[in-house]
Amino acid sequence: MKPKVGFYWMGTCGGCEESVVDLAERILDVVAAVDIIFWPVAMDFKLEDVEAMADGSIAVAIINGSVKTSHDEYVAKMLRKKAGLVIAYGSCAHLGGIPGLANFHSIDAIFDRVYKEVPTVYNDKGIVPQLRTEIDGMILELPTINNTVQKLDDIVSVDYYIPGCAPNPDLLMAGIQAILSGNLPPVGSVLSPNRNMCDSCPKERKEEKIMVKEFKRYYEIIPDEDQCLLEQGLMCLGPVTRIGCGELCMKANMPCRGCYGPTDQIEDMGTKYASALATIWYETNEEDIDRIVRSIPNFASIAYMFSLPASIMKRKRIKSEVDFK
Amino acid sequence: MITIDPVTRLEGHGKISIHLNEEGEVNAAYFQVPELRGFEKFIEGMPVEEMPRVTQRICGVCPTAHHMAATRALDDLWKVEPPSAAHKIREFIYNSFLHEDHTLHFYFLGGPDFVVGPDAPKAERNILGVIQAAGIEAGKKVIGMRKEIREIMTEITGKVIHPVFGLPGGISKALNKDIQDRAIKASERAIEFAQWTIGLFDKIVLGNEEYVKLITGDIYRNETYYMGMVDKNDKVNFYRGDIKIVDPNGKEYAKFDVHKYTDYIAEHVEPWTYVRQTYLKPIGWKGFVDGPDSGIYRVNPLARLNVAGGMATPLAQKEYERLYSTLGGKPVHATLAWHWARLVELLYAGERMLELASDPEFVDSNVRTLPDKLTEESRGIGVVEAPRGTLIHDYTTDENAVIKHANLIVATQQNAAPINMGIGQAARGLIQKGVPVTDGLLNKVEMAFRAYDPCFACATHTLPGQLPLNLEIYDHRDKLLQKVNMANYDRIDTIDSRIQEEIK
Ligand code: SF4
Ligand code: SF4
Ligand code: SF4
Repeated sequence: MKPKVGFYWMGTCGGCEESVVDLAERILDVVAAVDIIFWPVAMDFKLEDVEAMADGSIAVAIINGSVKTSHDEYVAKMLRKKAGLVIAYGSCAHLGGIPGLANFHSIDAIFDRVYKEVPTVYNDKGIVPQLRTEIDGMILELPTINNTVQKLDDIVSVDYYIPGCAPNPDLLMAGIQAILSGNLPPVGSVLSPNRNMCDSCPKERKEEKIMVKEFKRYYEIIPDEDQCLLEQGLMCLGPVTRIGCGELCMKANMPCRGCYGPTDQIEDMGTKYASALATIWYETNEEDIDRIVRSIPNFASIAYMFSLPASIMKRKRIKSEVDFK
Repeated sequence: MITIDPVTRLEGHGKISIHLNEEGEVNAAYFQVPELRGFEKFIEGMPVEEMPRVTQRICGVCPTAHHMAATRALDDLWKVEPPSAAHKIREFIYNSFLHEDHTLHFYFLGGPDFVVGPDAPKAERNILGVIQAAGIEAGKKVIGMRKEIREIMTEITGKVIHPVFGLPGGISKALNKDIQDRAIKASERAIEFAQWTIGLFDKIVLGNEEYVKLITGDIYRNETYYMGMVDKNDKVNFYRGDIKIVDPNGKEYAKFDVHKYTDYIAEHVEPWTYVRQTYLKPIGWKGFVDGPDSGIYRVNPLARLNVAGGMATPLAQKEYERLYSTLGGKPVHATLAWHWARLVELLYAGERMLELASDPEFVDSNVRTLPDKLTEESRGIGVVEAPRGTLIHDYTTDENAVIKHANLIVATQQNAAPINMGIGQAARGLIQKGVPVTDGLLNKVEMAFRAYDPCFACATHTLPGQLPLNLEIYDHRDKLLQKVNMANYDRIDTIDSRIQEEIK
């Protein structure tokens, strides 16, 4: 019998689903080796059918998206029980992803902006969506939207992580092959090599230490295509980001924003990045590093672009030791 | 009440419920969007130049549309004109994206209804069914075409899912001769592919009287205003131009520069869905009704064709004329004709790709104009035609180019109210006393919805989204008769007999 595999999405943009479709003809190899039992974007699927299955009867559940509603939480817990292995697929499930930037704000502030303040909305009565609405005796219900965006392992234990926004389909292929051959790394591993982007980046570091005095913003310079972007003053998260994407952004002459998350040694991307600067920048005293960090407005939103829910801050209101803003 | 939740073969999540009266006839139908993510809020305080990379996480199916709207907004914010080569490369990429996305819709999402048939068993109404009907070679052709285009997009934009190349005043990297040669070849194949697809549509859909009746019938028809972007010659353009609106008779109602969008577009909030409903501001919100006195308008491929004077490329123009002569002139209100309009655009996208890729400027080394630093608060508005309709990004920043406020108007959101109306209409036309509610029948309700190719990730940019389709049926006492997944035939029978029982 072929092992059963299921894909599921929580708060997603659909890009992770597209990355599976981007396996193109290789999807046929996957179908030959495993039995895909649910995949909502491509196949009809009933939650009840999965609920009815015996615990542990699914070999692998591959879950993308961040946890944003009570429904997401429920499904994650249910799948955890049914599946031998749970894989967090993509930045959102792995680290919270870009939707996690919502944690800089409260859900009330978000509702106010979206339903009352945007310039096109006309809402004299101040209506906002309700969990339960009755119209002529008909009841219409909506799910609760949580105040805080969470990553998958905040809700259930996760066996492996496939990083990226969206993940490189090669990593998914390799992950599936590793599972099929039983050749698995220790539980909790991120299934992409534990090295940082600068290791394999095609751009050249010219100097031992970086000599620019402050960060530059995209619109201020046209960077040389062959030279390290950080060296040219662009904030590149390469030094703290795990490889696996194929150095895609740098090949397009754009700096890395860290969607593959940190290497194993790093707990928190933002703080680590600030301290890494100290070792590669020509100035090493704290004041200078502080000035460099402040030369970019809202440094935290870039340093934690994909990982705010995984940071030591988690939410803005939780004071961190390092306050970047 | 019948609830369709989640809507299958759609990109994202969502929910439809159909409420029956005592007679077992349709009382009301609702299309709900159950998510909110809040991008408009959480991008406040961020450096605005990050927006092409950030806002596209609204949707991984059409990231290129968000990336491009944001990039165009940045040009506007800094009042910087990109070099002509940068415009051409961006527009080439944008048409490539429309081509592969329309292909995805036709073969994977909406097309199966026609190619395999609306009454075919559920398990066959998918891409595999299409491959079976059209032949395995055809299947390979579809997968191969998308792959070829997406590989070129990856090379030029950095990433195909969430591109990174857009900057204020241009793009991040110039192109070389090698990629140009491949882009030209891919474009030639893209044209051929579109013609072949139209041939398939001709044979399978237009050659079948039943389908033509279905398309032109009253069940799938709403007389609304239409909105879309046109170039200087009044032709469809996805990448830049003015916004044009026609009334339900096809007469021009307005044509304006995107900076005036707040004069024409307004939004209304309903308590039972997380998505805002758009309407034409001068006409006002009159509820979920169509006609010239209601501010409801539609965006999408057919809306674009209805507003424009024609297509800018010769082959697409011919197909455009054939569509209108077959369906009885402009405007066409038949929602299912969306699918045909999508193929007219597929052909246009291929032809436009070839024009742009063959241009000597395609390999020009000057692809960026550096803007001057801002000295005061600024506002940038960018508009593109996303595959599913007009998409507007609007950013206001301080003098340091940090976002103070943002507004995002996306395609599926603008179609939310029309979808609500369309579902109700299809349900009323199809679900009648004494007629068994079969899988095929419910699928026909879903078709009213699928024609819009609604992308819930997009609609939920304000939301966190879930939407495979379940169908919930509620009786007149609002008691849930049964929750059905569209895939499960046995259950359909149960519901059917229970409805009949309830009605008795
Ligand atoms: S990780 Fe990226 S591609 Fe995947 S769902 Fe999140 S935003 Fe989309
Ligand atoms: S900092 Fe960025 S550009 Fe420089 S070597 Fe590292 S990854 Fe490459
Ligand atoms: S270079 Fe960085 S931001 Fe770009 S895809 Fe790779 S990990 Fe993600």
